[in-house]
Amino acid sequence: MDGWPMSISLQGIIGRGEFERALNFSVADGEVLAVTGPNGSGKSTVIHTIAGLVPLRSGQLQSDNITWDDPVAKIWVTPEQRTCAVVFQDLRLFPHMNVLSNVAYGLRAHGVTKDEAIERSQKILIRVGLASFEKRRSNDLSGGERQRVALARALVLEPRVLLLDEPLSAVDVASRAALRELLPEVLGGFTGATILVTHDPGDVEALATRSLGLK
Amino acid sequence: MQTTLPERRQITARSRTSDKAFKGVVTTGALSAFVVLALIAGYLFVRSTEVFRTFGFDFITTSKWDPGSVDDGRAPQFGVAAMLIGSIIVSTMAMIFALPFVMGTSLFLEYYISRRIRFVLVSILDLMAAIPSIIYGLWGYLVLMPYASQWAASINKYLGWIPIFAVERENFDASPFVASLVLCLMILPIASSVTREVYSRAPQDQITAAYALGASRWGAIRAVVLPFGLSGLVGGMLLGLGRALGETIAVLLTLNLVFAVKFQVLASAGGNVASLIASKFGEAGPLELKALLAAGLVLFVLTLLVNFGASLIVGRAAQSMK
Repeated sequence: MDGWPMSISLQGIIGRGEFERALNFSVADGEVLAVTGPNGSGKSTVIHTIAGLVPLRSGQLQSDNITWDDPVAKIWVTPEQRTCAVVFQDLRLFPHMNVLSNVAYGLRAHGVTKDEAIERSQKILIRVGLASFEKRRSNDLSGGERQRVALARALVLEPRVLLLDEPLSAVDVASRAALRELLPEVLGGFTGATILVTHDPGDVEALATRSLGLK
Repeated sequence: MQTTLPERRQITARSRTSDKAFKGVVTTGALSAFVVLALIAGYLFVRSTEVFRTFGFDFITTSKWDPGSVDDGRAPQFGVAAMLIGSIIVSTMAMIFALPFVMGTSLFLEYYISRRIRFVLVSILDLMAAIPSIIYGLWGYLVLMPYASQWAASINKYLGWIPIFAVERENFDASPFVASLVLCLMILPIASSVTREVYSRAPQDQITAAYALGASRWGAIRAVVLPFGLSGLVGGMLLGLGRALGETIAVLLTLNLVFAVKFQVLASAGGNVASLIASKFGEAGPLELKALLAAGLVLFVLTLLVNFGASLIVGRAAQSMK
Protein backbone atom coordinates (compact mmCIF):
# COMPACT_ATOMS: atom_id res chain seq x y z
CA MET A 1 0.00 0.00 0.00
CA ASP A 2 3.02 2.29 -0.47
CA GLY A 3 2.14 5.70 -1.78
CA TRP A 4 -1.46 5.44 -0.57
CA PRO A 5 -2.27 8.47 1.63
CA MET A 6 -2.78 6.87 5.03
CA SER A 7 -4.88 8.80 7.49
CA ILE A 8 -4.28 6.35 10.33
CA SER A 9 -2.10 3.28 10.72
CA LEU A 10 -1.62 1.01 13.69
CA GLN A 11 1.06 -1.64 13.84
CA GLY A 12 1.71 -3.19 17.23
CA ILE A 13 0.12 -4.65 20.32
CA ILE A 14 -2.92 -3.12 21.94
CA GLY A 15 -4.06 -4.20 25.39
CA ARG A 16 -5.94 -3.42 28.55
CA GLY A 17 -5.35 -5.28 31.82
CA GLU A 18 -4.60 -8.92 31.05
CA PHE A 19 -5.86 -8.63 27.49
CA GLU A 20 -3.43 -8.18 24.59
CA ARG A 21 -3.77 -8.37 20.80
CA ALA A 22 -1.42 -7.78 17.90
CA LEU A 23 -2.82 -5.61 15.11
CA ASN A 24 -1.65 -4.23 11.80
CA PHE A 25 -3.93 -2.08 9.73
CA SER A 26 -4.20 1.22 7.96
CA VAL A 27 -7.19 3.30 6.93
CA ALA A 28 -7.09 5.86 4.15
CA ASP A 29 -9.08 9.06 3.74
CA GLY A 30 -12.64 8.36 2.68
CA GLU A 31 -12.47 4.74 3.82
CA VAL A 32 -14.76 3.22 6.46
CA LEU A 33 -13.06 0.27 8.11
CA ALA A 34 -15.40 -1.95 10.08
CA VAL A 35 -13.71 -3.71 13.00
CA THR A 36 -15.81 -6.73 13.83
CA GLY A 37 -15.57 -9.55 16.33
CA PRO A 38 -17.21 -11.10 19.36
CA ASN A 39 -17.35 -9.53 22.84
CA GLY A 40 -13.92 -9.38 24.46
CA SER A 41 -12.02 -9.46 21.16
CA GLY A 42 -10.65 -5.95 21.74
CA LYS A 43 -12.82 -3.92 19.36
CA SER A 44 -13.37 -1.05 21.75
CA THR A 45 -9.73 -1.17 22.85
CA VAL A 46 -8.78 -0.35 19.24
CA ILE A 47 -10.89 2.82 19.43
CA HIS A 48 -9.58 3.77 22.88
CA THR A 49 -5.97 3.19 21.82
CA ILE A 50 -6.31 5.42 18.76
CA ALA A 51 -8.10 8.09 20.83
CA GLY A 52 -5.24 8.03 23.36
CA LEU A 53 -7.36 6.80 26.24
CA VAL A 54 -5.35 3.56 26.43
CA PRO A 55 -1.62 3.43 25.61
CA LEU A 56 -0.19 1.11 22.99
CA ARG A 57 1.73 -1.84 24.52
CA SER A 58 4.29 -1.90 21.71
CA GLY A 59 4.59 -0.83 18.09
CA GLN A 60 3.52 2.40 16.50
CA LEU A 61 0.38 4.42 15.92
CA GLN A 62 0.58 7.08 13.24
CA SER A 63 -1.76 9.55 11.65
CA ASP A 64 -0.77 11.42 8.48
CA ASN A 65 2.80 10.21 9.10
CA ILE A 66 2.86 11.82 12.54
CA THR A 67 3.51 9.35 15.35
CA TRP A 68 0.85 9.51 18.07
CA ASP A 69 2.08 6.61 20.19
CA ASP A 70 5.37 4.73 20.19
CA PRO A 71 6.36 3.24 23.57
CA VAL A 72 9.91 2.38 22.45
CA ALA A 73 10.67 5.84 21.11
CA LYS A 74 8.76 7.29 24.12
CA ILE A 75 6.46 9.30 21.87
CA TRP A 76 3.00 10.06 23.22
CA VAL A 77 0.56 12.56 21.84
CA THR A 78 -2.09 13.41 24.41
CA PRO A 79 -5.77 12.72 23.57
CA GLU A 80 -6.60 16.41 23.20
CA GLN A 81 -3.81 16.87 20.62
CA ARG A 82 -4.92 13.97 18.41
CA THR A 83 -6.96 14.93 15.37
CA CYS A 84 -9.57 12.27 15.96
CA ALA A 85 -13.05 12.22 17.45
CA VAL A 86 -14.94 9.41 19.15
CA VAL A 87 -18.57 8.40 19.29
CA PHE A 88 -18.64 6.13 22.33
CA GLN A 89 -20.81 3.07 22.62
CA ASP A 90 -22.55 4.54 25.67
CA LEU A 91 -22.50 8.02 24.04
CA ARG A 92 -21.26 9.82 27.19
CA LEU A 93 -23.17 13.04 26.58
CA PHE A 94 -22.89 15.63 29.32
CA PRO A 95 -26.23 15.44 31.18
CA HIS A 96 -26.12 18.95 32.59
CA MET A 97 -25.59 20.60 29.19
CA ASN A 98 -28.13 21.18 26.46
CA VAL A 99 -27.69 19.73 22.97
CA LEU A 100 -25.96 22.81 21.57
CA SER A 101 -23.48 22.98 24.47
CA ASN A 102 -22.73 19.29 24.14
CA VAL A 103 -21.92 19.70 20.46
CA ALA A 104 -19.98 22.93 20.92
CA TYR A 105 -17.96 21.54 23.86
CA GLY A 106 -15.16 20.01 21.78
CA LEU A 107 -14.74 23.15 19.71
CA ARG A 108 -14.54 25.33 22.81
CA ALA A 109 -12.01 22.88 24.29
CA HIS A 110 -9.90 23.38 21.17
CA GLY A 111 -9.95 27.14 21.66
CA VAL A 112 -12.59 28.05 19.05
CA THR A 113 -14.40 31.28 19.93
CA LYS A 114 -17.87 30.96 21.42
CA ASP A 115 -19.66 32.55 18.45
CA GLU A 116 -17.88 30.37 15.91
CA ALA A 117 -18.43 27.24 18.01
CA ILE A 118 -22.16 27.96 18.20
CA GLU A 119 -22.40 28.69 14.48
CA ARG A 120 -20.56 25.49 13.51
CA SER A 121 -22.57 23.43 16.01
CA GLN A 122 -25.85 24.77 14.66
CA LYS A 123 -24.80 23.80 11.12
CA ILE A 124 -23.90 20.25 12.13
CA LEU A 125 -27.14 19.88 14.07
CA ILE A 126 -29.04 20.75 10.90
CA ARG A 127 -27.03 18.02 9.09
CA VAL A 128 -28.02 15.36 11.60
CA GLY A 129 -31.63 16.50 11.70
CA LEU A 130 -31.65 18.07 15.17
CA ALA A 131 -31.96 21.74 14.30
CA SER A 132 -34.88 22.31 16.65
CA PHE A 133 -33.32 20.41 19.58
CA GLU A 134 -30.63 22.93 20.53
CA LYS A 135 -32.02 23.86 23.93
CA ARG A 136 -33.10 20.38 24.97
CA ARG A 137 -31.18 18.56 27.70
CA SER A 138 -29.55 15.37 26.48
CA ASN A 139 -31.55 13.37 29.01
CA ASP A 140 -34.79 14.55 27.45
CA LEU A 141 -33.94 12.97 24.09
CA SER A 142 -34.74 9.54 22.70
CA GLY A 143 -31.98 6.99 22.12
CA GLY A 144 -31.81 7.80 18.42
CA GLU A 145 -31.69 11.54 19.05
CA ARG A 146 -28.94 11.11 21.62
CA GLN A 147 -26.99 9.06 19.11
CA ARG A 148 -27.29 11.89 16.59
CA VAL A 149 -26.02 14.39 19.15
CA ALA A 150 -23.01 12.16 19.85
CA LEU A 151 -22.34 11.93 16.12
CA ALA A 152 -22.68 15.71 15.70
CA ARG A 153 -20.37 16.27 18.66
CA ALA A 154 -17.67 14.22 16.93
CA LEU A 155 -18.20 15.50 13.37
CA VAL A 156 -18.22 19.17 14.34
CA LEU A 157 -14.54 18.85 15.24
CA GLU A 158 -13.76 18.04 11.59
CA PRO A 159 -11.39 15.27 12.66
CA ARG A 160 -8.96 13.44 10.39
CA VAL A 161 -10.07 10.15 11.96
CA LEU A 162 -13.63 9.42 13.09
CA LEU A 163 -13.97 6.57 15.59
CA LEU A 164 -17.41 5.01 15.95
CA ASP A 165 -17.77 2.49 18.76
CA GLU A 166 -20.91 0.39 18.18
CA PRO A 167 -22.84 3.49 17.05
CA LEU A 168 -26.14 1.65 16.57
CA SER A 169 -26.10 -0.66 19.56
CA ALA A 170 -27.82 1.65 22.04
CA VAL A 171 -30.91 2.45 19.97
CA ASP A 172 -34.22 0.72 19.31
CA VAL A 173 -35.02 -1.01 16.02
CA ALA A 174 -36.87 1.95 14.49
CA SER A 175 -34.10 4.44 15.38
CA ARG A 176 -31.50 1.99 14.12
CA ALA A 177 -33.10 1.89 10.69
CA ALA A 178 -33.26 5.69 10.59
CA LEU A 179 -29.63 6.01 11.67
CA ARG A 180 -28.51 3.45 9.10
CA GLU A 181 -29.97 5.74 6.49
CA LEU A 182 -28.51 8.87 8.04
CA LEU A 183 -24.99 7.60 8.71
CA PRO A 184 -23.92 6.94 5.08
CA GLU A 185 -25.31 10.36 4.17
CA VAL A 186 -23.34 12.07 6.94
CA LEU A 187 -20.21 9.99 6.45
CA GLY A 188 -20.42 10.66 2.70
CA GLY A 189 -19.51 14.27 3.40
CA PHE A 190 -16.69 13.28 5.74
CA THR A 191 -13.29 13.36 4.06
CA GLY A 192 -11.19 11.64 6.74
CA ALA A 193 -10.80 7.99 7.72
CA THR A 194 -13.52 6.25 9.69
CA ILE A 195 -13.14 3.25 11.96
CA LEU A 196 -16.42 1.61 12.83
CA VAL A 197 -16.52 -0.96 15.61
CA THR A 198 -19.52 -3.26 15.37
CA HIS A 199 -20.68 -6.82 15.85
CA ASP A 200 -23.63 -6.41 13.51
CA PRO A 201 -23.06 -7.67 9.93
CA GLY A 202 -25.88 -5.34 8.85
CA ASP A 203 -23.83 -2.32 9.94
CA VAL A 204 -20.82 -3.59 8.01
CA GLU A 205 -22.86 -4.03 4.87
CA ALA A 206 -24.60 -0.68 5.17
CA LEU A 207 -21.69 1.50 6.26
CA ALA A 208 -18.24 -0.02 5.69
CA THR A 209 -15.98 -0.03 2.67
CA ARG A 210 -13.94 -2.93 4.09
CA SER A 211 -13.72 -4.88 7.32
CA LEU A 212 -11.22 -6.29 9.77
CA GLY A 213 -12.31 -9.29 11.77
CA LEU A 214 -10.95 -9.85 15.28
CA LYS A 215 -11.32 -13.31 16.73
CA MET B 1 -63.10 -21.46 23.86
CA GLN B 2 -63.99 -20.62 27.42
CA THR B 3 -61.15 -19.76 29.70
CA THR B 4 -61.27 -19.71 33.45
CA LEU B 5 -59.01 -17.46 35.40
CA PRO B 6 -56.96 -19.11 38.12
CA GLU B 7 -57.95 -18.29 41.65
CA ARG B 8 -56.17 -15.26 42.99
CA ARG B 9 -53.46 -16.26 45.38
CA GLN B 10 -52.93 -14.47 48.62
CA ILE B 11 -49.30 -13.72 49.24
CA THR B 12 -48.21 -12.90 52.74
CA ALA B 13 -44.68 -11.97 53.69
CA ARG B 14 -44.07 -12.73 57.33
CA SER B 15 -40.88 -11.26 58.71
CA ARG B 16 -38.56 -13.49 60.67
CA THR B 17 -37.86 -12.65 64.29
CA SER B 18 -34.26 -11.72 63.47
CA ASP B 19 -35.50 -9.31 60.76
CA LYS B 20 -37.94 -7.75 63.18
CA ALA B 21 -35.24 -7.33 65.82
CA PHE B 22 -32.82 -5.77 63.32
CA LYS B 23 -35.51 -3.41 62.03
CA GLY B 24 -36.27 -2.41 65.61
CA VAL B 25 -32.61 -1.65 66.34
CA VAL B 26 -32.02 0.47 63.22
CA THR B 27 -35.35 2.27 63.63
CA THR B 28 -34.52 3.11 67.24
CA GLY B 29 -31.07 4.31 66.21
CA ALA B 30 -32.44 6.49 63.44
CA LEU B 31 -35.26 7.95 65.51
CA SER B 32 -33.14 8.63 68.58
CA ALA B 33 -31.24 11.37 66.70
CA PHE B 34 -34.54 13.08 65.85
CA VAL B 35 -35.79 12.63 69.40
CA VAL B 36 -32.63 14.23 70.85
CA LEU B 37 -32.93 17.10 68.37
CA ALA B 38 -36.58 17.61 69.28
CA LEU B 39 -35.76 17.49 73.01
CA ILE B 40 -33.04 20.13 72.62
CA ALA B 41 -35.35 22.36 70.58
CA GLY B 42 -38.18 21.80 73.05
CA TYR B 43 -35.99 22.60 76.07
CA LEU B 44 -34.66 25.77 74.45
CA PHE B 45 -38.17 26.81 73.47
CA VAL B 46 -39.67 26.23 76.92
CA ARG B 47 -36.82 28.00 78.74
CA SER B 48 -36.93 30.93 76.27
CA THR B 49 -40.66 31.53 76.44
CA GLU B 50 -40.43 34.00 79.32
CA VAL B 51 -37.75 36.04 77.52
CA PHE B 52 -39.78 36.25 74.29
CA ARG B 53 -42.90 37.07 76.32
CA THR B 54 -41.08 39.87 78.14
CA PHE B 55 -39.06 41.39 75.30
CA GLY B 56 -41.06 40.22 72.29
CA PHE B 57 -39.57 40.69 68.85
CA ASP B 58 -37.17 43.28 70.33
CA PHE B 59 -35.03 40.38 71.53
CA ILE B 60 -34.06 39.75 67.93
CA THR B 61 -34.05 43.32 66.61
CA THR B 62 -32.21 45.16 69.42
CA SER B 63 -28.61 44.89 70.54
CA LYS B 64 -28.47 45.98 74.15
CA TRP B 65 -27.41 43.32 76.66
CA ASP B 66 -27.92 44.54 80.19
CA PRO B 67 -28.94 42.26 83.09
CA GLY B 68 -30.14 45.38 84.94
CA SER B 69 -29.46 46.43 88.49
CA VAL B 70 -31.63 46.62 91.58
CA ASP B 71 -29.30 49.23 93.12
CA ASP B 72 -29.78 51.92 90.48
CA GLY B 73 -33.17 50.68 89.31
CA ARG B 74 -32.08 49.66 85.81
CA ALA B 75 -34.47 47.24 84.17
CA PRO B 76 -32.91 44.28 82.37
CA GLN B 77 -32.69 44.55 78.58
CA PHE B 78 -31.65 41.78 76.24
CA GLY B 79 -31.28 41.78 72.47
CA VAL B 80 -29.18 39.60 70.16
CA ALA B 81 -29.31 41.53 66.88
CA ALA B 82 -25.63 42.48 67.00
CA MET B 83 -24.53 38.96 67.92
CA LEU B 84 -26.79 37.39 65.32
CA ILE B 85 -25.66 39.66 62.50
CA GLY B 86 -22.07 39.25 63.72
CA SER B 87 -22.40 35.45 63.54
CA ILE B 88 -23.72 35.66 60.00
CA ILE B 89 -20.98 38.08 58.91
CA VAL B 90 -18.10 36.09 60.42
CA SER B 91 -19.44 32.74 59.14
CA THR B 92 -20.12 34.09 55.66
CA MET B 93 -16.63 35.56 55.45
CA ALA B 94 -15.14 32.27 56.61
CA MET B 95 -17.08 30.48 53.86
CA ILE B 96 -15.88 32.95 51.23
CA PHE B 97 -12.26 32.55 52.36
CA ALA B 98 -12.57 28.77 52.56
CA LEU B 99 -14.32 28.15 49.22
CA PRO B 100 -11.28 28.42 46.89
CA PHE B 101 -9.16 26.41 49.35
CA VAL B 102 -11.80 23.70 49.66
CA MET B 103 -12.14 23.41 45.88
CA GLY B 104 -8.39 23.59 45.30
CA THR B 105 -7.56 21.08 48.02
CA SER B 106 -10.23 18.63 46.87
CA LEU B 107 -9.27 18.79 43.19
CA PHE B 108 -5.55 18.63 43.95
CA LEU B 109 -5.92 15.59 46.19
CA GLU B 110 -8.20 13.78 43.76
CA TYR B 111 -6.79 14.64 40.34
CA TYR B 112 -3.27 15.99 40.56
CA ILE B 113 -1.23 13.70 42.83
CA SER B 114 -0.39 10.05 43.17
CA ARG B 115 -2.42 7.76 45.40
CA ARG B 116 0.42 7.37 47.91
CA ILE B 117 0.97 11.10 48.44
CA ARG B 118 -2.81 11.56 48.58
CA PHE B 119 -3.01 9.13 51.48
CA VAL B 120 -0.44 11.12 53.46
CA LEU B 121 -2.02 14.49 52.72
CA VAL B 122 -5.55 13.27 53.47
CA SER B 123 -4.32 11.94 56.83
CA ILE B 124 -2.85 15.34 57.64
CA LEU B 125 -6.08 17.06 56.60
CA ASP B 126 -8.12 14.69 58.76
CA LEU B 127 -5.78 15.45 61.64
CA MET B 128 -6.58 19.15 61.23
CA ALA B 129 -10.24 18.33 61.90
CA ALA B 130 -9.29 16.67 65.18
CA ILE B 131 -7.40 19.68 66.56
CA PRO B 132 -9.42 21.21 69.45
CA SER B 133 -10.87 24.63 68.70
CA ILE B 134 -9.07 26.17 71.68
CA ILE B 135 -5.79 25.43 69.89
CA TYR B 136 -7.04 27.19 66.76
CA GLY B 137 -8.18 30.05 68.94
CA LEU B 138 -4.84 30.40 70.73
CA TRP B 139 -2.90 30.09 67.47
CA GLY B 140 -5.19 32.63 65.88
CA TYR B 141 -4.76 35.02 68.80
CA LEU B 142 -0.99 34.63 69.29
CA VAL B 143 0.32 33.93 65.76
CA LEU B 144 -2.23 34.88 63.12
CA MET B 145 -3.66 38.05 64.59
CA PRO B 146 -0.48 40.19 64.34
CA TYR B 147 -0.14 39.33 60.65
CA ALA B 148 -3.87 39.49 59.91
CA SER B 149 -4.01 42.94 61.51
CA GLN B 150 -1.35 44.12 59.08
CA TRP B 151 -3.26 42.64 56.16
CA ALA B 152 -6.41 44.32 57.42
CA ALA B 153 -4.55 47.64 57.65
CA SER B 154 -3.43 47.25 54.03
CA ILE B 155 -6.94 46.39 52.85
CA ASN B 156 -8.26 49.40 54.74
CA LYS B 157 -5.56 51.63 53.22
CA TYR B 158 -6.36 50.71 49.61
CA LEU B 159 -10.01 49.68 49.79
CA GLY B 160 -11.16 51.76 52.74
CA TRP B 161 -13.49 53.72 50.43
CA ILE B 162 -15.70 50.61 50.34
CA PRO B 163 -17.97 50.95 53.41
CA ILE B 164 -17.36 47.42 54.77
CA PHE B 165 -13.57 47.99 54.73
CA ALA B 166 -13.77 51.36 56.47
CA VAL B 167 -12.94 51.73 60.18
CA GLU B 168 -13.71 54.41 62.76
CA ARG B 169 -10.48 53.85 64.72
CA GLU B 170 -7.34 52.23 63.33
CA ASN B 171 -7.42 49.16 65.55
CA PHE B 172 -7.50 46.02 63.42
CA ASP B 173 -7.00 43.40 66.17
CA ALA B 174 -9.78 40.95 67.08
CA SER B 175 -11.92 41.93 64.10
CA PRO B 176 -14.45 39.79 62.19
CA PHE B 177 -11.72 39.53 59.53
CA VAL B 178 -9.31 37.83 61.96
CA ALA B 179 -12.00 35.57 63.44
CA SER B 180 -13.18 34.50 60.00
CA LEU B 181 -9.63 33.60 58.96
CA VAL B 182 -9.38 31.28 61.97
CA LEU B 183 -12.82 29.83 61.21
CA CYS B 184 -11.77 29.34 57.59
CA LEU B 185 -8.95 27.06 58.74
CA MET B 186 -11.29 25.21 61.06
CA ILE B 187 -13.92 24.41 58.43
CA LEU B 188 -11.37 23.52 55.74
CA PRO B 189 -10.85 19.84 56.75
CA ILE B 190 -14.50 18.85 57.03
CA ALA B 191 -15.60 20.77 53.94
CA SER B 192 -12.67 19.41 51.88
CA SER B 193 -13.31 15.88 53.05
CA VAL B 194 -16.94 15.88 51.87
CA THR B 195 -16.15 17.72 48.64
CA ARG B 196 -13.22 15.43 47.76
CA GLU B 197 -15.37 12.36 48.34
CA VAL B 198 -17.99 13.60 45.89
CA TYR B 199 -15.40 14.77 43.34
CA SER B 200 -13.88 11.28 43.42
CA ARG B 201 -17.21 9.84 42.27
CA ALA B 202 -17.40 12.03 39.15
CA PRO B 203 -18.26 9.75 36.20
CA GLN B 204 -14.97 8.56 34.73
CA ASP B 205 -16.57 7.81 31.35
CA GLN B 206 -17.60 11.45 30.96
CA ILE B 207 -14.12 12.59 31.95
CA THR B 208 -12.58 10.39 29.25
CA ALA B 209 -15.22 11.66 26.81
CA ALA B 210 -14.10 15.20 27.57
CA TYR B 211 -10.47 14.19 26.95
CA ALA B 212 -11.45 12.50 23.70
CA LEU B 213 -13.15 15.71 22.58
CA GLY B 214 -9.97 17.66 23.14
CA ALA B 215 -10.31 18.87 26.70
CA SER B 216 -7.28 19.42 28.89
CA ARG B 217 -7.37 18.07 32.44
CA TRP B 218 -8.69 21.38 33.70
CA GLY B 219 -11.21 21.41 30.84
CA ALA B 220 -12.48 17.95 31.81
CA ILE B 221 -12.67 18.96 35.47
CA ARG B 222 -14.62 22.09 34.58
CA ALA B 223 -17.03 20.25 32.30
CA VAL B 224 -17.61 17.12 34.35
CA VAL B 225 -16.19 17.15 37.87
CA LEU B 226 -17.27 20.62 39.00
CA PRO B 227 -20.92 20.35 37.85
CA PHE B 228 -21.14 16.80 39.16
CA GLY B 229 -19.56 17.76 42.48
CA LEU B 230 -21.59 20.91 43.04
CA SER B 231 -23.94 19.21 45.49
CA GLY B 232 -20.93 17.81 47.39
CA LEU B 233 -19.28 21.22 47.49
CA VAL B 234 -22.45 22.86 48.81
CA GLY B 235 -22.92 20.02 51.29
CA GLY B 236 -19.32 20.29 52.49
CA MET B 237 -19.51 24.05 52.81
CA LEU B 238 -22.77 23.66 54.73
CA LEU B 239 -21.17 21.37 57.24
CA GLY B 240 -18.45 23.99 57.54
CA LEU B 241 -21.05 26.72 57.97
CA GLY B 242 -22.66 24.69 60.73
CA ARG B 243 -19.35 24.55 62.52
CA ALA B 244 -18.64 28.23 61.85
CA LEU B 245 -22.02 29.40 63.15
CA GLY B 246 -21.70 27.35 66.30
CA GLU B 247 -18.00 27.90 66.98
CA THR B 248 -17.47 29.41 70.38
CA ILE B 249 -14.04 29.49 71.95
CA ALA B 250 -11.89 30.21 68.87
CA VAL B 251 -14.11 33.17 68.00
CA LEU B 252 -14.20 34.34 71.62
CA LEU B 253 -10.39 34.55 71.59
CA THR B 254 -10.07 36.30 68.25
CA LEU B 255 -13.08 38.60 68.15
CA ASN B 256 -13.86 41.64 70.26
CA LEU B 257 -17.53 41.22 71.20
CA VAL B 258 -19.38 44.52 70.95
CA PHE B 259 -23.12 44.91 71.47
CA ALA B 260 -23.76 47.07 68.44
CA VAL B 261 -24.57 46.08 64.88
CA LYS B 262 -21.37 46.60 62.86
CA PHE B 263 -20.80 45.92 59.21
CA GLN B 264 -17.18 47.10 59.20
CA VAL B 265 -15.38 43.77 58.98
CA LEU B 266 -11.87 45.12 59.61
CA ALA B 267 -12.75 47.01 62.79
CA SER B 268 -12.02 45.55 66.20
CA ALA B 269 -15.70 44.94 66.95
CA GLY B 270 -18.06 42.16 66.09
CA GLY B 271 -20.58 39.71 67.36
CA ASN B 272 -21.15 36.00 67.72
CA VAL B 273 -24.08 34.30 69.42
CA ALA B 274 -22.16 31.22 70.59
CA SER B 275 -19.34 33.34 72.03
CA LEU B 276 -21.88 35.55 73.76
CA ILE B 277 -23.36 32.52 75.50
CA ALA B 278 -19.92 31.24 76.52
CA SER B 279 -18.76 34.62 77.82
CA LYS B 280 -21.88 35.41 79.87
CA PHE B 281 -22.94 31.95 81.03
CA GLY B 282 -20.73 31.73 84.14
CA GLU B 283 -22.03 34.82 85.90
CA ALA B 284 -25.58 35.00 84.53
CA GLY B 285 -28.54 35.46 86.83
CA PRO B 286 -31.82 33.53 86.32
CA LEU B 287 -33.32 35.91 83.72
CA GLU B 288 -30.03 36.41 81.87
CA LEU B 289 -29.61 32.63 81.74
CA LYS B 290 -32.99 32.37 80.06
CA ALA B 291 -31.97 35.13 77.67
CA LEU B 292 -28.83 33.15 76.81
CA LEU B 293 -30.94 30.05 76.15
CA ALA B 294 -33.21 32.19 73.95
CA ALA B 295 -30.10 33.30 72.05
CA GLY B 296 -29.24 29.63 71.64
CA LEU B 297 -32.73 29.01 70.23
CA VAL B 298 -32.28 31.83 67.72
CA LEU B 299 -28.96 30.32 66.62
CA PHE B 300 -30.58 26.90 66.42
CA VAL B 301 -33.38 28.19 64.16
CA LEU B 302 -30.89 30.11 62.01
CA THR B 303 -28.81 26.97 61.48
CA LEU B 304 -31.90 24.96 60.59
CA LEU B 305 -33.02 27.60 58.07
CA VAL B 306 -29.58 27.71 56.45
CA ASN B 307 -29.45 23.92 56.21
CA PHE B 308 -32.97 23.75 54.81
CA GLY B 309 -32.21 26.37 52.17
CA ALA B 310 -29.00 24.67 51.19
CA SER B 311 -30.69 21.27 50.97
CA LEU B 312 -33.02 22.77 48.39
CA ILE B 313 -30.03 24.03 46.40
CA VAL B 314 -28.29 20.65 46.63
CA GLY B 315 -31.47 18.86 45.53
CA ARG B 316 -31.86 21.06 42.48
CA ALA B 317 -28.17 20.69 41.55
CA ALA B 318 -28.34 16.91 41.90
CA GLN B 319 -31.49 16.83 39.76
CA SER B 320 -29.78 18.68 36.92
CA MET B 321 -26.97 16.11 36.84
CA LYS B 322 -29.32 13.15 36.42
